[in-house]
Amino acid sequence: MHLKYESQLREPLVYGNKTYAQVTEDIVRPIEAKPSRLWYIGFFIAVTLLMFGAYSVYREVTYGIGEWNLNKTIGWGWDITNFVWWVGIGHAGTLISAVLLLFRQGWRTGVNRAAEAMTIFAVMCAGQFPIFHMGRVWMAFFVMPYPNSRGPLWVNFNSPLLWDVFAISTYFTVSLLFWYSGLLPDFATVRDRAFTKLRKKLYGIAAFGWTGSTKHWQRHESLSLVLAGLSTPLVLSVHTIVSFDFATSVIPGWHTTIFPPYFVAGAIFSGFAMVQTLLLIVRKVFGLTDYITIGHIDLMNKVIVLTGSIVGIAYLTELFMGWYSQNKYEGYTFWYSRAYLFSPYGWSYWGMMACNVLSPQIFWSKKMRRNVFVTFFMSIIVNIGMWFERFVIIVTSLYRDYLPSSWSVYYSPSIWEIGFYAGTFGLFFTCFFLFAKYFPVIAIAEIKYVLKRSGESYKPEFDAIETQPLDKFVHDHGHAH
Amino acid sequence: MAQKKFVVGCFDDEKVLFPAVKQVRTAGYKIQDVYTPFPVHGLDHALGMRETSLHTAGFIYGITGTTTAISCISWIFTKDWPLNIGGKPHFALPAWIPIIFELTVLFAAVGMVMTFLWLCQMAPGVKKHHFHKRATNDLFVMVIECTEKTNAEDLKALLAANGAVETDIQVAEDGWWFGTYDNDNEVLYKQVAH
Repeated sequence: MHLKYESQLREPLVYGNKTYAQVTEDIVRPIEAKPSRLWYIGFFIAVTLLMFGAYSVYREVTYGIGEWNLNKTIGWGWDITNFVWWVGIGHAGTLISAVLLLFRQGWRTGVNRAAEAMTIFAVMCAGQFPIFHMGRVWMAFFVMPYPNSRGPLWVNFNSPLLWDVFAISTYFTVSLLFWYSGLLPDFATVRDRAFTKLRKKLYGIAAFGWTGSTKHWQRHESLSLVLAGLSTPLVLSVHTIVSFDFATSVIPGWHTTIFPPYFVAGAIFSGFAMVQTLLLIVRKVFGLTDYITIGHIDLMNKVIVLTGSIVGIAYLTELFMGWYSQNKYEGYTFWYSRAYLFSPYGWSYWGMMACNVLSPQIFWSKKMRRNVFVTFFMSIIVNIGMWFERFVIIVTSLYRDYLPSSWSVYYSPSIWEIGFYAGTFGLFFTCFFLFAKYFPVIAIAEIKYVLKRSGESYKPEFDAIETQPLDKFVHDHGHAH
Repeated sequence: MAQKKFVVGCFDDEKVLFPAVKQVRTAGYKIQDVYTPFPVHGLDHALGMRETSLHTAGFIYGITGTTTAISCISWIFTKDWPLNIGGKPHFALPAWIPIIFELTVLFAAVGMVMTFLWLCQMAPGVKKHHFHKRATNDLFVMVIECTEKTNAEDLKALLAANGAVETDIQVAEDGWWFGTYDNDNEVLYKQVAH
């Protein structure tokens, strides 16, 4: 943190000849300008999807879960698949903002704000699925432990589904607080240069009266660091608990101890892919290529190839255990229902393998990691693959249960099930479009903090430093305290 | 709240700011605050501020969450309504760890943010005097409160000599008030006639 020196060998985090004022200008300009036609089109599509989703949910609430094609064998289908998928996507935001902060990865500054926003919106989308899967959604508050009129009959604290309630709501709250506390100084920046009355008023309210006082910064730094410290185990716990929904049951294919690390790695994998999808668009549309650089994309692709390979190892380990355990049911699930291409859902398993394990290996090549089009394409592929992973886990374990008379291979979603999923895309992108227009999409203060160390135009100053004798270097640039 | 008189010096580079802070403090002035667009590391020490105890508060909130979770769940499941779940023990500590952990994190995070806002006296709609609008953009704004002994002109000269790109004298509200930022120019920036 106190190192004021950064090697020439490191790629700059900010390109171009920037001053502090220029950084503000670049990042705040999209907020002050009228949105482009592209923005309106995108926003319109998102709202349309949201409306369709709202109608699908209306059908489901009015007529019941029967509007979906779930049956007595496949009780969890698209909805829980989508729930796990969205929660997983959220994880990259926290990983970038919290874990990389603790690891002192300077490059997080360019991407953390948008990634955290993505986390919050993704968790909002995820939450819809278990809530509406309850069927009688007006009784959703029954999951809260409160002295109710039924005894009081309490919720079951030993149940992973209740752990989920606590995990997801805590995760949402903490992510929101972390994100918003980081936004305060940037809202103040927007407020102080606003030239319309309304903007000054609204950003004035949103900035909570932030002034930039040194004491406030000191507390803010402490707050960010501790929130990062809290979020790091939190993000691991959340997907661990989501995996417990499966792992604590006795369904073949779910009852495995590998689930927590495997789910967490998968979550980070899909989340980074979603960050890539969003940021590749944002950096282009808002002209922020100096801040979200190819270097950032390269680094995120490294995380994708790493986590994708971890997920791949997990798949292979599962297959191995399916054989090694010599449990008939495990063996049947893994080697027939999943890995056998011509079984009813074999295609989904191999789709998952192709998207998640094989295709990300392309990122071992530096040239591919730094290619925007390849990255964009791969980011979509990875998220398709990760959706398949959850579908495979849920459906292939359920469709042939212990009683052959209740086997069901004909599960395909109804239009309202698909509509609900599409609706969460609508919700996600509606929120994201509004965020991109009205919020600073890059953490302005944090960029300024790294500017003079990692900015392209400031790096040549370090040339002289690199030739200094060691004693002098340590004296001048070592840890200050 | 009281109206006070301040001497304000603006710097455009943190490399100039640090020696200036030292000079001003050596000259015997008490720096009220330095407003910066981003966290400048070491500035709090240069100003002689003590470390914040916010993280200690966070720890206390955290263990409050832990105790709340353990005591509530164990009371509910062993005393209030001992539910028989497959004949398993009523006091099932390992199964409660996820919720205990989540509540620890939740209490610590919410408590710390609340404390942060309280300590900094920040809330939606709260307004404070801005000594310079570019303090959240690209200027480092040093503010020194005048006492009856302070010669404001001398101080301005000292600031300018130490690299301040802009200096002025302002009479301003010390604390916060509720309000909007519409009429900044009337309420704020009351220039004192010299």
